[in-house]
Amino acid sequence: MQFDSIADFFNMGGYAFYVWLAYGVTFSSLSILIIVSAKRKKKVLTEISKKMVREERLKNNRSNKS
Amino acid sequence: MWKWLHSYADPEKAYNLSSKLLPWFSLLALLFISVGTIWGLMFAPTDYQQGDSYRIIFIHVPAASMSMAAYMGMATAAFIGLVWQIKAADWVAASIAPIGAVITFIALFTGATWGKPMWGTWWVWDARLTAELVLLFLYLGVISLYASFEDKVLAARAAGILAIVGVINIPIIKYSVDWWSSLHQPSTIKITEKSSMSSEMLYPLLINIVGFGLMIGAITIVRFKSEILARNGMRPWVRALAKQEGVS
Repeated sequence: MQFDSIADFFNMGGYAFYVWLAYGVTFSSLSILIIVSAKRKKKVLTEISKKMVREERLKNNRSNKS
Repeated sequence: MWKWLHSYADPEKAYNLSSKLLPWFSLLALLFISVGTIWGLMFAPTDYQQGDSYRIIFIHVPAASMSMAAYMGMATAAFIGLVWQIKAADWVAASIAPIGAVITFIALFTGATWGKPMWGTWWVWDARLTAELVLLFLYLGVISLYASFEDKVLAARAAGILAIVGVINIPIIKYSVDWWSSLHQPSTIKITEKSSMSSEMLYPLLINIVGFGLMIGAITIVRFKSEILARNGMRPWVRALAKQEGVS
């Protein structure tokens, strides 16, 4: 380890603000991207099943009348 | 010889292959980025000129180089989609665009936080930085074009043409530090000669570059899978999956 203590590590030789700002923004924007991307599958499948329910309803109503 | 490849243009096969590949990409990406980042932050030696501020390099260079590599991947997929009319390739291009935009933003942002303590400024309008900003706008242009059309075949064609034309920006970014005088330092990693960097710093950097590449691969697969589902909502296998997993 290059640093003598944990406090030393967080201090980053006096550049703490810049280093941790860079790492913080990087990993939080990556996390947001990953979460949004992972949630998309569920959203798409929900939309498709909603459409299926709608189609089913239309089909039933049509067959009642004929 | 390459005919087997063509069968993966079939959406269901592409979807199943993606599901198989995803855990490997995710695990390896996590492993590489953890090792590279911890090594870079805690164990790599302090730079004699820049002190510990240089540790931003372990995310800045991977983000910057992968922002260009991802663009080439996106443009290649768009080209395949345009020329051979393979829809799956268009979906790959559409999946990469938002990831590339985020990675480019990270490259610009970490560059700024490194520039402030070392150059005394967050931003300068020099060739390297401006060209990278243009790359961000190209990604945003591709994303918005693809989102602008209800008909996704048309949307992919429009976005694909922009993606291909934008390739001209990649060599400009790459060689900007050699062609114009710039505040930005020239590249420290060289493929053909010895890198001007001690191996204690170089190894964690290379590990993180590979890690970022794998991570972009993993997120591309995730997005590609939902793009396949969204574009094939009429197919029975997608409908069966929607019945199973979709909540309405």
